[in-house]
Amino acid sequence: MLAALCLGTISALGQDKIEVGEYASLSGGNASFGQSSHNGIALAFDEINAAGGVLGKQIDLITEDDRSVAGEPSTIVRKLISQDHVIAILGEIASSKSLEAAPICQENKIPMISPGSTNEKVTQVGDYISRVCFIDPFQGKVMAKFAISKGWKNVAILTDVKQDYCVGLANAFRDSFTASGGAVVKNSTYSTGDKDFRAQLTDIKPTHPDAIFVPGYYGEVALIARQARQFGIKAPLLGGDGWVGESLLKVAGHALDGSYFSNHYSQDDPSPVIQSFVKTYQAKFGQVPDAMAALGYDAAKMLADAITRAGTTGEPQLRDAIAGTKNFKGVTGDITLDADRNAIKAAVILTIANGGFQFVQRVAP
Amino acid sequence: MIEFIQQLINGLSLGAIYALIALGYTMVYGVLRFINFAHGDVFMVGAFAGFYIAPAVLKFSNGNPSWTGAAIVLILAMVICAILGIVIEKLAYRPLRDRPRLTVLITAIGVSLFLENFGQYAFGVDPQFFPDLIGDHAITIPAWCGPFTDLTIMVSQVLVFVITIVLLVALRFIVMKTKLGMAMRALSVNPLATSLMGVNNDVVISFTFGLGSALAGAAGILISIQQPSIDPLMGLQPGIKAFVAAVLGGIGNIPGAALGGVLLGVIETLVVGYSDRLHIPSGYRDAVAFFLLILILLFKPTGLLGRVEREKV
Amino acid sequence: MMIERTKVILIASLALILAASHFSSHIDPYYYDITLSIGINIILAVSLNLVNGYTGQFSLGHMGFMAVGAYTATIFTTYLPGLLRILAPLGSLLSVSIFFGLALAVGGIAAGIIGLLVGIPSLRLKGDYLAIVTLGFGEIIRVIIENVDALGGARGLSVTAVYSKLFWVYAMAAVTIYVVLNLVNSTYGRGFLSVRDDEIAAEAMGINTTKYKVLAFSLAAFFAGIAGGLYAHFKQFITPDGFNFMGSISIVTMVILGGMGSTGGAVIAAILLTILPEVLRKVSDYPFLPHWLVPLLKNQMIPYSLLLIVMMLTRPQGLFGGIPLKRKSA
Repeated sequence: MLAALCLGTISALGQDKIEVGEYASLSGGNASFGQSSHNGIALAFDEINAAGGVLGKQIDLITEDDRSVAGEPSTIVRKLISQDHVIAILGEIASSKSLEAAPICQENKIPMISPGSTNEKVTQVGDYISRVCFIDPFQGKVMAKFAISKGWKNVAILTDVKQDYCVGLANAFRDSFTASGGAVVKNSTYSTGDKDFRAQLTDIKPTHPDAIFVPGYYGEVALIARQARQFGIKAPLLGGDGWVGESLLKVAGHALDGSYFSNHYSQDDPSPVIQSFVKTYQAKFGQVPDAMAALGYDAAKMLADAITRAGTTGEPQLRDAIAGTKNFKGVTGDITLDADRNAIKAAVILTIANGGFQFVQRVAP
Repeated sequence: MIEFIQQLINGLSLGAIYALIALGYTMVYGVLRFINFAHGDVFMVGAFAGFYIAPAVLKFSNGNPSWTGAAIVLILAMVICAILGIVIEKLAYRPLRDRPRLTVLITAIGVSLFLENFGQYAFGVDPQFFPDLIGDHAITIPAWCGPFTDLTIMVSQVLVFVITIVLLVALRFIVMKTKLGMAMRALSVNPLATSLMGVNNDVVISFTFGLGSALAGAAGILISIQQPSIDPLMGLQPGIKAFVAAVLGGIGNIPGAALGGVLLGVIETLVVGYSDRLHIPSGYRDAVAFFLLILILLFKPTGLLGRVEREKV
Repeated sequence: MMIERTKVILIASLALILAASHFSSHIDPYYYDITLSIGINIILAVSLNLVNGYTGQFSLGHMGFMAVGAYTATIFTTYLPGLLRILAPLGSLLSVSIFFGLALAVGGIAAGIIGLLVGIPSLRLKGDYLAIVTLGFGEIIRVIIENVDALGGARGLSVTAVYSKLFWVYAMAAVTIYVVLNLVNSTYGRGFLSVRDDEIAAEAMGINTTKYKVLAFSLAAFFAGIAGGLYAHFKQFITPDGFNFMGSISIVTMVILGGMGSTGGAVIAAILLTILPEVLRKVSDYPFLPHWLVPLLKNQMIPYSLLLIVMMLTRPQGLFGGIPLKRKSA
């Protein structure tokens, strides 16, 4: 018994482990996204560890739940750094949480990679902070240009005011669309968790938009699409990568047929990286991976790749290796980090048809 | 003009849901002077109960929507919620009956947090699709109605409205015309005297909770039929709104709760729908409910239909 | 005599805190984070106790005042760096202290004023109605901030300077406790308690109950505002969602757990409830737990909510609720 205890303690000292921290919303209001990105990260490290780990060592992922509560990220990131001695931290999806934790990581010289925070300010905190996702303006611009290319001159925008991701995308879309000669005929808003959008849709309907930009998350977008069709609004909906989610098409049914959204990758993409990811994720978690899962996966793999390139987990080598990521072949695209450590990669525009997503076009950064 | 009528319809349908949940709040408060914070979460459990029962029921109709199937799901969900409500009351609230109300309030908050978080654990955090039980579609308005043909009214919206009225009438009947109802009313005036008259207070209170929770369960099913996306935190927002509605109408007053619910639904919808023209950003939607509430409470503190309680010294 | 004695205790505590803060750089940052959170929660719980406990008014909107203080103090420190430059000749420690002190004071006063504005119309209501109205005001404040872009809206506001250190947080906690205790043990205190015990009798005795209720309410709001300013310059990022009614409820929980009307109880409850999630975090990591138990503990709110229910069922009067309050002899 004592011997077992001793053995347990010795192996737990982890001389052959690399500690990586993760802070995510695993419960509470943002739990869907937190759990997805966590699944992606966990899957990535499982694959890496199975293949021998990084620099010959196994990666030990230490995850803490911030319960979707403000004030928690700073506490748990401090814990991860000072108690668990992590060499890097992955997180968060919500920009407000990333902005809370980033200064702490920066101060302690621990690289932080955000899988999904899109607010520009996140990486501006310092050179130890990077991300694998698009920043707000890019997706907004992509969809605005697409709308113009389709000849849609009048667009209504329906934004989730509670999510900075949505607000950011909507602002970027609005700026780009109006600069290219389009007209925004209506600006409507809703809040995360709303289920009834009839008031907003009744307001939008008389403006007869050619399309409606709904850069929200799948939970609400599905219901918006359903209710829009019930009202006889036939205009296609446009959106961003927040649309990707298991329940999107289940809840929306055919309401989203013929609508378009921008994403990091297309499931039809024959690239072996993507196909293997989608299949393995589905086998392990029983659902199609959403954007957060794919981003979490890439963040984890990019970190491992950077550690390999740096040859060490020490600083500032790891920080520089991360910042120097070029053409990293992730699931969400060929990732290169620019001077601000934001990911530059192509976006794809997908449409919904035949009960699934279909590739439409690729948009270079 | 059509737009306004459409918004009214939207508001009424939203309001009916608030009214149903508000009925449960107001009943419990009327009898026990206690705000059951966990009520919104019972509503959520009702929706999930329906979610798990529905596939079994749909099997009988070969996957096709059927009204009988929907009725069965509704009744079963109401029963499950009634039982849940009674169990919660017995375990968590009854032992604290003589305690200051704040203590029970904290316990209610504990129950609410537990239901939400255990729900996330048990049902998963992602939204689930609630199967279409009634084959929902828009009602075709005949051409002779003129401009009104442009209105969109879903079968589910009419259903919600009708069932809310039916349940309201049934509730009023129970409270006004049955013995148990009389006991409930007596209990709300003077619990001690009621028990002295030979009424088993415990039974009446359990019954009240059961009834209120059943109403929440019904609301859960009805809203899932109308908006088929359910998740463990879905009770939070409607719970608070319904609570505001109950207070608006005069807490403890049954028709008041219905009135408050409908009023809140309509005003909220109008504010959101006309936010441009009113120059009120629709992000203020949540604040509307509270603003309204504060207004009413400052000018008519007992709510719209509430009785003024004279405090005797 | 009482006031002199507490004054001595206050000065002694401040000196102790000053000494402790010199060692703060040696404390593990994680424990330091928790310690500061405890201090801020002490201020919130003790100030709310003045309203809920001593005056018997049921307020559920405390977070709204904290938000007002947080945002006001942040605007002060972000947009008035000129003031800091003017004070610079006094030396960096003194100038920063005065600057931050002013920011906190401004935040507190702003919160106090809002407390006054909210209190005057609301405090006519009683019991549950008051609770709902205060909840409503708390939510309205939150929604207003969410819709004002200049304050960052829903996206939040970054606070660049970390001025909140151990000394500031605990010094303010000590001051809050000092003020509340002395107030309660004065004639004002008897006014508060009379309102709590029997408002109608108090009115009949000629006590202006509205004045006492509003005083307690505004003062509590003032301290909540200070706590807000401290919080903002500690966490470095504030969002309106971080001041929602769930936060108000957790402070109310601390007050009730501590025993209403017991300042000491509020302090202890604040400490316990702040530490609880961290303890649960450690417990869920414990390797020898049965498999099925782990996911139930990983979501800390599950054991937290059960604990809450159990605590209320087993000791509903709170920790110190049964102990009669000391009153200064006439």
